Amino acid sequence: MSTATGLGSAETRSAPAAPRPAHAEPGSAVDRIAHSPQFQQLVHERTRFGWALTAAMLVVYFGFIGLIAFDKSLLAVKVGSTSTLGLVLGVFVIVFAFVLTGLYVARANTRYDALSDALKRSLGQ
Amino acid sequence: MIRAALLLTAALGAGPALAAGPDMGAVQQQATNWPAILMFLFFVLFTLGITYRAAKGSKSAADFYAAGGGISARTNALAIAGDYMSAASFLGISGLVYTSGFDGLIYSTGFLVGWPIVLFLIAERLRNLGKFTFADVASFRLDQTAIRIISATGTLVVVAFYLIAQMVGAGKLIQLLFGLPYLYAVIIVGVLMIVYVAFGGMKATTWVQVIKACLLLGGATFMAGAVLYRYGFNPEALFAKSVEVHPKGEAIMAPGGLVANPVEAISLGVGLMFGTAGLPHILMRFFTVSDAQAARKSVFYATGLIGYFYILTFIIGFGGIALLMSDPSYFKLGPAGAFDKLKDMIGGTNMVAVNLANAVGGPYFLGFISAVAFATILAVVAGLTLAGASAVSHDLYAQVIARGRTTEAHEVNLSKIAAVVIGIVAIALGYVFENQNVAFMVGLAFSVAASCNFPVLAMSILWRGTTTWGALAGGLVGLVAAVVMVVLSKAVWVATLGNPAPLFPYDNPALFSMPLAFATIWVVSSIDRSRRADRERAAFEAQYVRSETGIGAAGAHAH
Repeated sequence: MSTATGLGSAETRSAPAAPRPAHAEPGSAVDRIAHSPQFQQLVHERTRFGWALTAAMLVVYFGFIGLIAFDKSLLAVKVGSTSTLGLVLGVFVIVFAFVLTGLYVARANTRYDALSDALKRSLGQ
Repeated sequence: MIRAALLLTAALGAGPALAAGPDMGAVQQQATNWPAILMFLFFVLFTLGITYRAAKGSKSAADFYAAGGGISARTNALAIAGDYMSAASFLGISGLVYTSGFDGLIYSTGFLVGWPIVLFLIAERLRNLGKFTFADVASFRLDQTAIRIISATGTLVVVAFYLIAQMVGAGKLIQLLFGLPYLYAVIIVGVLMIVYVAFGGMKATTWVQVIKACLLLGGATFMAGAVLYRYGFNPEALFAKSVEVHPKGEAIMAPGGLVANPVEAISLGVGLMFGTAGLPHILMRFFTVSDAQAARKSVFYATGLIGYFYILTFIIGFGGIALLMSDPSYFKLGPAGAFDKLKDMIGGTNMVAVNLANAVGGPYFLGFISAVAFATILAVVAGLTLAGASAVSHDLYAQVIARGRTTEAHEVNLSKIAAVVIGIVAIALGYVFENQNVAFMVGLAFSVAASCNFPVLAMSILWRGTTTWGALAGGLVGLVAAVVMVVLSKAVWVATLGNPAPLFPYDNPALFSMPLAFATIWVVSSIDRSRRADRERAAFEAQYVRSETGIGAAGAHAH
């Protein structure tokens, strides 16, 4: 595993069909972007928000599945004349998933796109 | 009216647990249903017209694989939703709600919650890095040959299992709905999907999917509306009536026996959630839009459409309970007019939505829903075929066999040939598997997508340390683990191979196979001290900048 040259030579990496990354030499364009404050702020904010929302979705969904697995009787509790807590929670999970995507898109459309534009403008200068 | 007994649960099952439905024996061919056939013919003619126009406008590889990147966010959302709203979700979940009530929600939620994850972690980065297939992204800074082989293998395995399930389902459904022989039905589906994909490429495949999504959403909205109308738009009244007539009574409003134990429930959830993020025909759709913003918006709209659709199927399932269960004309009657409300439905419980169409809209609406169900299968298999053909031509041929030394025109031609071959193979497999239990195959497709495609893709995008050896080993381990665990589970080891007891205790392997894949990628990458691994880690920076900003991505698309 130490000499991994058997699969794919350097020549094939310049294949026209595949986009190739530039190496991040110090002082190169990539390096300049990666170390620019705008880029770091954009990535920091967006990554944090993305993972926070991911965690929220995982907690809500696996919480729901966990109740199905471990506490069926709680989900059978009536909340209306016939409908049960389980039913309400199930519909809640569906609506919650949609609302989360909406939150992310709203923030991305305003905040992240603005940061991204600012970054691109600063590179143009 | 439709009168038959069939094993549609097996054919259309949305996952292994659905296979637990009643075994209804062989399908009986029906009297030819002319309204349904005429409406379906109209759909086919219309979509062939679109394919003709798309074929005239498709010149480049970008046109063929990605519809020239010119699909709008809203259109793409409908296409994504269309890919997702398969006959399995429409007929299978409404049938599951009919027999078990609440348990249908477990599938609906599981199928939906993968989408936010796709949005937060995958969609925009995928669009910024990729060109035509998700292998473009996974191999961005890793070795082209190795990563494309594992990605294409994952793609083809997912496509194969998904296709078999859809083909067998299509054959049985059409036999039942239209009164055509099984083999004819499979050949019609196979030939039409070849025509859509080979001539119209992604453009035609997308529009076929969009039209079908609109028809299906419209039909389901009408049905759910008609059901609610009968109960004064008061869901409580609908539920009260359902509890009154359902043999399980109050139990249908709470979790039942579908998910027997906690590990099974969580494993099913993991497979449904992360499988979505690894389905190749869905991931391809992110390359059909112009940029990351459009990719982001399409997931938002698609999540709304899919969530709405699952709420409709839930109402349709309960409508089936309330409106069909006390009407003997929808059941096969035993001696003295007795019937089992759960087992004796004409056509089996997967026909709940179809029978309900007749109950709320009469025979012409029944014909319409039947035609839409056929169109649904057709559109989904076309998307799968395109994903498979792209993996063969763009990943395996252009990058692995020809090592990048090929022309665009040659690659697209090869993709068309691959689509024809995949179509013929699908017809043959559909024929071979006619009387096999294929219910586990959709679940297996999701498990492989969650255990091979998703870990390779996610780790290559998100973790600097991922190396070619790590991704290759992890993808392979995930793929093999998922397949082996399903083969050793009850659905295959006992039900198909006839062994007395399963060697793997759970129906859904994803809880074990997916973490195994991630762990393998991490461990192998960490101990990979090769010079190539150093280069790959160093190249992460450039990939990272592009994946986060799209800078440099504009030129990737030739449109």
